[in-house]
Amino acid sequence: MTGDFDTPAVLVDDLVVRFGELEAVGGVSFAVPPGQVFGLLGPNGAGKTTTIRVLTTLLSPTSGRGLVAGFDVRRQSLQVRASIGYVPQAISVDGALTALENLDFYARVTGVPARERRERIERVIEDMDLESMLERLARTLSGGMLRRLEIASALLNRPAVLFLDEPTVGLDPTARQVVWARLRALREQAGTTILFTTHVMEEAERYCERLAIMDLGQLVEQGEPAEICRRHRVGSLEEVFTKVTGRRIDEHRQGRLRDVRAGRSIVRRLG
Amino acid sequence: MSAQGAASSAVSASGLTAALGRVAVGSQAMALAELRKLRHDHLDVFTRSVQPLLWLFIFGTALRHNRALTIGRLDYRAYLAPGVMAQAALFIAIFFGLAVIWERDVGQLQRLLATALPRSAIVLGKAVGACVRALVQALLLLIVLAVTGIPVRWTAGGVIGTLAMLMLGTGAFACMSMLLAAAVKERERFMGIGQLVMMPLFFASSALYPLSIMPSGLRVIARINPLTYEVQGLRQMLVGVGGRGELWLDFLVVIAFFALMLAAATRAYPKAIL
Repeated sequence: MTGDFDTPAVLVDDLVVRFGELEAVGGVSFAVPPGQVFGLLGPNGAGKTTTIRVLTTLLSPTSGRGLVAGFDVRRQSLQVRASIGYVPQAISVDGALTALENLDFYARVTGVPARERRERIERVIEDMDLESMLERLARTLSGGMLRRLEIASALLNRPAVLFLDEPTVGLDPTARQVVWARLRALREQAGTTILFTTHVMEEAERYCERLAIMDLGQLVEQGEPAEICRRHRVGSLEEVFTKVTGRRIDEHRQGRLRDVRAGRSIVRRLG
Repeated sequence: MSAQGAASSAVSASGLTAALGRVAVGSQAMALAELRKLRHDHLDVFTRSVQPLLWLFIFGTALRHNRALTIGRLDYRAYLAPGVMAQAALFIAIFFGLAVIWERDVGQLQRLLATALPRSAIVLGKAVGACVRALVQALLLLIVLAVTGIPVRWTAGGVIGTLAMLMLGTGAFACMSMLLAAAVKERERFMGIGQLVMMPLFFASSALYPLSIMPSGLRVIARINPLTYEVQGLRQMLVGVGGRGELWLDFLVVIAFFALMLAAATRAYPKAIL
C-alpha cells in the first residue's frame, strides 16, 4: 500500500527533533527508493533511533517532513502505521506467549483479515525458518531466534517498509548471518524496503545498498558504501567515519545521550 | 441533503465502522493473549486466588459474629464476598500499570503503538486484558462460595450482572492505573504509588463494612469513591443487599467512571509513556 507510486519509500526532509535544550536530530535529509536496503549508521546517541521513531510515528518531529510509503508521518500517521513493519531495539515479542501465539497476536493487531491470517502466518514461519520453535514460550528462545520471530511478526501485514532498529545487536556472528540471509531473501522475493540502524560498520558495508552516516544528530555522509569509501580515498566505512568526525565510532562521546528514553529520563531528573 | 453531503456522511459512517472494528479486533487480541498467558501460568492463577480466600475465610470468619458489620441481616462472609471480589480485581487493575511500564521498557509498547490500532484500542485492549484476569479470579471465587455453602443468591441474572459490574470496575481502574503509569514512568516508583492509591480506595469504600458505621468524614469520602458503587452493585446482585438498593445508580457511576478514565488514559498514556 503506498500513497503515491512516484515517491520514494521513505523521504526525510530537513528533519529536526528537539527535547527541550537537546537537539537529538538536527536537519537530517535523505531518501530511500522502494525495494532498497538502507542503513542509518552511527554511534550511540547519533540520532538514529530518534529518526526511526519519527518515521514510525512514535515521535512528532519538531520541524521538517517525513514521508513513508507516500504518507506524511505527521498528518497521515494511521496510514503510515498500516504501511510499515517495525522491530525496535529492545525485545518486543511477549515472553509469556509461545512463538506461534506471538505471531497470531501480531497478525490480529496489525489488521490482517481473519480469512488470510493462517496463510500469512504460515508464510512468515517459512520465510524466517521458525518451524522448530513455534510451541516454545518466547522467553525460552535464543537471541537469534527471537530476532527472527520479531522480524516475522513485523512482516505479517506485508509492509511496504520494514524498520529495524539495531536488528543484530547482541547476536553472535552466526545468528547475525542467519538473520541477514533471511532479510536478503525477503527483499529479493517481496521487494520490501528495509531501513535499519546499526553501529557495526562491517554490517553496514556488507548489507546496505545505500547508507547515511549520522553523528551527534547530524547526517555527515550518505551514498553507496563503496562510493563513499572511494570519495574519501579510504578502504572502509570505519575510516570514513574517523575522517568526517575526527574520532572512531566506538569512542564514547561524553555528554551525549544514548537514546530518547535515556535522554528524557535525564531531562526529567535535571528538571 | 445534497448528494455530496450524503456521500460525505456515508464515508464518515464507514470510517467510524472501520475504526470501531479495529478497536474490537485489538481488544479481542489482547484479551486472548491474556487468556493464553494464564493458560501457560497456572501458578499465577493459584497464587492470585489465595489472597481473596484469606480475606474471606480468615478476616470474614473472625468477624462473622459482629452484627454491626452486616446490620445483623446475614452471614458476614456472604456480605464480605462481593467486597473481596472487587478488592482482588482492584489489585489486578491497579498493578496492571506496572506491566505496562515493563512493556514500555522492553519494547512491546513501541511495537503496539507503531501498528494501525487506534490509541483508544490499545488502552481499551489493555483494560480488557485486566478484565480477563479479574474474571478468571471471580469465577474461581464464585466456585469456592458455591462449594463452601456461603449463602449468596444464585440467579443467572445476578451472576451475569455481578461479572459485568466487576469487568466495568476493573476496566475503569486499569485505565486509571495506565494514567498513573504515564505519570510515574518508573516501575519502582509505581509500586509505592500503586499502594498509596489502592489502600485508601479499598478501606474508604463499602468493601469491608457498611457506610452506616463509618464516621461522617469517611462516609463522605466513601460516597465519592467509585469502588463503593462497584461493591454496592455487586452486593445487591450477589447477596441482595446494597447501599440504598439503587442498582441503576451503581451501574451509572461505574460506567461514567470507566468512560472518563478511558478517555483520559487514551489521551495521556501512549504519548507520555514513550
